[in-house]
Amino acid sequence: MALLEIENVDLIYQTETSETEAVKDLNLSVDEGEFIALVGPSGCGKTTLLSMIAGLLNPTRGELKIDGESIVAASGSVGYMLQRDNLFEWRTIESNVLLGLSVQKKLNDESRSYALGMLEKYGLGEFRNSFPKELSGGMRQRAALIRTLAFKPRLLLLDEPFSAVDFQTRMTVCDDVYSIIKSEHKTALLVTHDISEAVSMADRIVVLTKRPATVKTVFDIDITAPTPLARRESPRFSEWFDRVWKEVSL
Amino acid sequence: MKTKETTVRTARKKTPREVYLAKRRNRKIIVIAVQIGLLLALFGIWELAAATGFIDSFITSCPSRIIATLSSIDAADLFKHIGYTLLECVVGFIVASVLGIAIAILLWRFTTLRKVLEPYIVVLNALPKIALGPIIIIWVGAGAQAIIVMTFLICIIVTVISVLNGFTAVDEGKILLMQSMGATRLQILTKLIIPANVPTLVNMLKINVGLAWVGTIMGEYLVSTAGLGYLIIYGSQVFKMDLVMASTVILCILATLMYLAVAGVEKLTKKRYGAV
Repeated sequence: MALLEIENVDLIYQTETSETEAVKDLNLSVDEGEFIALVGPSGCGKTTLLSMIAGLLNPTRGELKIDGESIVAASGSVGYMLQRDNLFEWRTIESNVLLGLSVQKKLNDESRSYALGMLEKYGLGEFRNSFPKELSGGMRQRAALIRTLAFKPRLLLLDEPFSAVDFQTRMTVCDDVYSIIKSEHKTALLVTHDISEAVSMADRIVVLTKRPATVKTVFDIDITAPTPLARRESPRFSEWFDRVWKEVSL
Repeated sequence: MKTKETTVRTARKKTPREVYLAKRRNRKIIVIAVQIGLLLALFGIWELAAATGFIDSFITSCPSRIIATLSSIDAADLFKHIGYTLLECVVGFIVASVLGIAIAILLWRFTTLRKVLEPYIVVLNALPKIALGPIIIIWVGAGAQAIIVMTFLICIIVTVISVLNGFTAVDEGKILLMQSMGATRLQILTKLIIPANVPTLVNMLKINVGLAWVGTIMGEYLVSTAGLGYLIIYGSQVFKMDLVMASTVILCILATLMYLAVAGVEKLTKKRYGAV
């Protein structure tokens, strides 16, 4: 059984002046351990789709399921990582990382040591008691990822998580995030407008049409390289880039 | 030759850091010295002008007469007046701040309520609260309670408006993050909205200190039998300018002390929560 199933989903936005079809008849299924990238023209409803998966927005029609269970409200089964790290400036890194656990009332010795263990493992151990402003952009993004992983979500949603980081750091943060997700055996859904980012990270790329969004094409990326940076160096990288790019801009 | 070498060594050139720090320190000392000097000069000129008859100290009073007045008033009596004013001001200030925050939380939580009450808040904010003086006196009676209500009314509306503005300005991304974790409204309030608004709250306290004094003294002008505002009004009616000036000086000192207390709170919270 697939981890995430999206079945015939429609979403219509109501505003005072108009009705907007944001998503139309969208079907997608994601298996455990997969890394999926969603690409599409800007404003095509990618973020809307993520909001529905996160349980923040209910579809007008159709159903979204995680582990076979319908998503009705936000629960701890989905971890959402946004464009900006959104670390709370008044909390230490440790306390930021434990935020989700404390919100979900799952904070105990075991979950705490799991979360703090990740801080150690991914090089932020010495910054436990620091405040976010003392960390670099890349380290902040890593802390935000650990905060999301700390409550062990079944599925990770990444909404252009690298777009707020400067280009120099983006490559390394991208590598960082990818290797953490892989080593924690997480399933991830990445939304991005950067095709090279999608090609360098995803097992599968789902191209969406312009609004109302529906699945246009699905590519199985067959570059076998251990990290996004290594993939970028693969000769097949530009080939895939071209194919996806053409599909998106058509 | 040897002596020359030693002098060179002792007169070692200061590092740029040392020069910078010394400059900074000096500037600070100069500012404080000038501030104190300015105060002394003002009082000096005032005293001198009165002593030489350039100004009429019957109308303008002068520092020596203020001191004489202060020492002639019975200390217990003076402290009674100070106590009244301070009590009215502090009670009005605290009740308005606490209740104002509570109302802001309700309006943040219930959007429809906020929409409904919006025009009322705007009108109440525009209304000069002093106009309500007579109504207050009739409703709660002439005395300290009327002054507390006046102080409260002057502070509360501004408190609600500024705190609510801060609450609704919290970054959407952070709210979305909390919601995606499954946070309840109460958790969003206590873990995000309030801590994110500590600078707003401190700033609100700072504004309220000033307003609370306006409310208290205005209230005492309208109706009172004790307090510094009463002393000022009484002094002016019997043309004892020394009493008016002495009370004003005490008022200055009290208002400054209360402001410093809030500034202390700001200093405590600044490092972690930032400033406005």
